[in-house]
Amino acid sequence: MNFRSIRAIYIFEMSRFFRTLLQSFVSPVISTCLYFVVFGAAIGGRIDAVDGVSYGAFIVPGLIMFSVMTQAVSNASFGIYFPKFIGTIYEVLSAPVNFLEIVIGYVGAAASKALFIGLVILATSLFFVDIEIIHPFIMIFLLLVTCISFSLLGFILGIWANNFEQLQLVPLLIITPLVFLGGSFYSISMLPKFWQVVSLFNPVVYLISGFRWAFYNNSDVSITASLFAIIIFTVFCIFIIFLIFKTGWRLRP
Amino acid sequence: MTDMLSITGLSKRYNDGQVALENVSFDVKEGEILALLGPNGAGKTTLISAVCGLVVPTAGQVTVGGFDTRSNYRLARSLIGLVPQEIALEPFEKVINTVRFSRGLFGKSPNDDQIEIVLRQLSLWDKKDSKILQLSGGMKRRVLIAKALAHEPRVLFLDEPSAGVDVELRRDMWKLVSDLKSQGVTIILTTHYIEEAEAIADRVGVISKGKLILLEEKKALMKRMGRKKVEISLQSPIAVIPAKLQNFDLYLSDDGLTINYLYDAKASSNEITKLLNEISISNLQISDLKTSQSSLEEIFISLIEEPSK
Ligand SMILES: Nc1ncnc2c1ncn2[C@@H]1O[C@H](COP(=O)(O)OP(=O)(O)O)[C@@H](O)[C@H]1O
Ligand SMILES: [Mg+2]
Repeated sequence: MNFRSIRAIYIFEMSRFFRTLLQSFVSPVISTCLYFVVFGAAIGGRIDAVDGVSYGAFIVPGLIMFSVMTQAVSNASFGIYFPKFIGTIYEVLSAPVNFLEIVIGYVGAAASKALFIGLVILATSLFFVDIEIIHPFIMIFLLLVTCISFSLLGFILGIWANNFEQLQLVPLLIITPLVFLGGSFYSISMLPKFWQVVSLFNPVVYLISGFRWAFYNNSDVSITASLFAIIIFTVFCIFIIFLIFKTGWRLRP
Repeated sequence: MTDMLSITGLSKRYNDGQVALENVSFDVKEGEILALLGPNGAGKTTLISAVCGLVVPTAGQVTVGGFDTRSNYRLARSLIGLVPQEIALEPFEKVINTVRFSRGLFGKSPNDDQIEIVLRQLSLWDKKDSKILQLSGGMKRRVLIAKALAHEPRVLFLDEPSAGVDVELRRDMWKLVSDLKSQGVTIILTTHYIEEAEAIADRVGVISKGKLILLEEKKALMKRMGRKKVEISLQSPIAVIPAKLQNFDLYLSDDGLTINYLYDAKASSNEITKLLNEISISNLQISDLKTSQSSLEEIFISLIEEPSK
């Protein structure tokens, strides 16, 4: 393992993040405040506590997951698409690095940014509601793995995309609906029976449910199913990336 | 000297069916400067890309410093520095950071002394904190070279380094190339400026339509292919070349004042003596005599125009 190369990629990618640190920090803070005003105060006042948790506190895990997933995908996809677009990818492809080192560098940076945003949202939420985290280690584990796996997904998307429209359309058309309908802001049990069953085909449901379980010890699906789902998803993404580098698809003609 | 780069039977056919390289083989010795000439689309960039790992070859084998570029790519690639044809740089990053990145990427320990040497070598030191987007085109090209040198490569590929650069940068670059050569760095450059090959290369290769149609010592090439010309100026014009001189390959200028004699550089100098003798016997008064040798450019054009042998 060539740690110097990984470090170089990671630092170079993070420097883009630090150049826009203020924006990276302010925008999740503002959006979190808005969510609390709308869902917590305005709507939440009319919604009963869900499984004994006030609605304001109930949405916190979903809100974190929602932002982490969308941010991880967009950071990671842009992170690899941009060098491809401006041509600087030549240097990485001609460097003495293997696919794993490239992935750790790029995905690690994207995941770090997503993690940062997740933590900012968690911290902001503390100003609005009381939050207890019953299973802190599971919570941290799920947060980390979600950052990583959705960054892996974004990385694949960035390699696949041939133009900026594709880069933005896929998250918009596929990932945002899945995340929105994944129970970020409601419990699956609030849905009619039919939609409850449909929801079980949405992989994001398992993540958000598991994450909420880590906070409040209640969930739509079992925590084992959640852990299982996220690990399978991560391994699947790594395997796809392995194939991409093995065949040179979209990278090496 | 050992071979630093060895290419055997290298071919590349792109997915769209375009054959960009066809069975190219050659070796480059350590410390040698090889210039690859060829018109646009000849396959020069593809050749470099296949060596550096940017393009997957269809067939063939490449070793750099004795390491196979596929089975032993880590060791092979860590020896290579690549300056691509197109300028590709992260616009918002500082010059020094992009150069540091390159060094780290190639697995070298951070070394700001080395970075400083490289930046000074390319007259970039006072620009080290500028963002790439603030630099002129020539400066960006210098940054590309600095990035390629940041990890102290043993083989440097320069893909059309002179395309669109000013005279000053070209001169700096030629000097850099000769400095690097004196440190034993092997250099392969592509160009379609013949003067460039003529000025700095030890050997010259010509690629046309994906084939290496010639590879030769520059001097030998000039000697072998170079035709010499003698221009003999006369004191008074003549209407026709005297019959006695008809055995030589001569032609008369329009004003009748100059006789041009084309001959093979390899041929014995005897012929010139004979010609001069015949001229004096013919009672022609010579006022001046000038010889010239055809440049690589002329050789190159004659090669490209004739279908390859
Ligand atoms: N990625 C690619 N896909 C398909 N064809 C390509 C690609 N890159 C280059 N070619 C073709 O291969 C040939 C050689 O190109 P190139 O190596 O760039 O030539 P040169 O550098 O000598 O100008 C050209 O006909 C070019 O159109
Ligand atoms: Mg080219």
